Amino acid sequence: MNTVVAQLQRQFQDYLVSLYQQGFLDNQFTELRKLQDEGTPDFVAEVVSLFFDDCSKLINTMSRSLERPENVDFKQVDSGVHQLKGSSSSVGARRVKNVCISFKECCDVQNREGCLRCLQQVDYEYKMLKTKLQDLFNLEQRILQAGGMIPQVNIS
Amino acid sequence: MGMITESKFHVLAVDDSLFDRKMIERLLQKSSCQVTTVDSGSKALEFLGLRESNDPNAVETHQEVEINLIITDYCMPGMTGYDLLKKVKESSAFKSIPVVIMSSENVPARISRCLEEGAEEFFLKPVKLADVTKLKPHMMKTKLKKEGEKPSEEENATLKPVIEILPLHQELESEQHESSTLSSNKRKAMEEVISTGRSRPKYNDITTSV
Repeated sequence: MNTVVAQLQRQFQDYLVSLYQQGFLDNQFTELRKLQDEGTPDFVAEVVSLFFDDCSKLINTMSRSLERPENVDFKQVDSGVHQLKGSSSSVGARRVKNVCISFKECCDVQNREGCLRCLQQVDYEYKMLKTKLQDLFNLEQRILQAGGMIPQVNIS
Repeated sequence: MGMITESKFHVLAVDDSLFDRKMIERLLQKSSCQVTTVDSGSKALEFLGLRESNDPNAVETHQEVEINLIITDYCMPGMTGYDLLKKVKESSAFKSIPVVIMSSENVPARISRCLEEGAEEFFLKPVKLADVTKLKPHMMKTKLKKEGEKPSEEENATLKPVIEILPLHQELESEQHESSTLSSNKRKAMEEVISTGRSRPKYNDITTSV
């Protein structure tokens, strides 16, 4: 029995579970992992990468729309939040999604200050998640390189 | 000796978001469907071979590729999923193709309108694998029709609607006994959809089962 692999697998499992427990991820991430198989081993990483690119782009455009207090394009901001909420929801990025919910509320009442706070929070949350998932993917790579398989993790 | 290969169902997926296209494509592939994705309603019509009705040279051509199902996002710039649905259902060549609408927003009036216009299902995003497996019966119908057979009795048993039309005063408790495979999103949609007594008799007697 290869104990290095077993150790790495255990580490991976514990880390993934902790991400759910700390609220970074929700059930939709599990759904996402179901879509990955031997034929598409990079699916989750690709989708997640697309998501983070989207986050970066949308945060930039929303930031510009919110820049001048006398001329805020709330329609633009709303469109950005809508997209971000959709993709974070599809990926299982729970914290990001939750900020988007508050963000939408601020947008609906045209609260610029509130929007700016949410924008900052969304930026923080997506970057935080990006680091966490990068660590997770690195663990996956180490397992594969050691000749092991990525464990199926059941989140109750 | 000839090889009998079962052809896969071919789905046309329409969504203006690259991210969502990637997701739906994978979901469908995982369910053993062949997928073509396009980013707009007009491209979908082009793919089908149906030109825009305001084209003076408009001719409904034969379907160039056999499509067993169209799944489309509702909110798209230009032609919405609803507009696309209407165009498909108004076309004599393509109205038999089942259409499914997806949306990230749970708007009961929107859901009713789509179902009334002939959409087979309305999925709330994020779409899951369990949702996609519900598409098989709808796609089977088109294959059976083409082969000139009547749908079997089995088909009715497996046909489970996503939206069950409930009276407004339906007790919430009774819903707890229903299928746990329904996501809470869809359950919410079920609670809010207003019963309008529309003429879709095939759903009236079917209840979702556990």
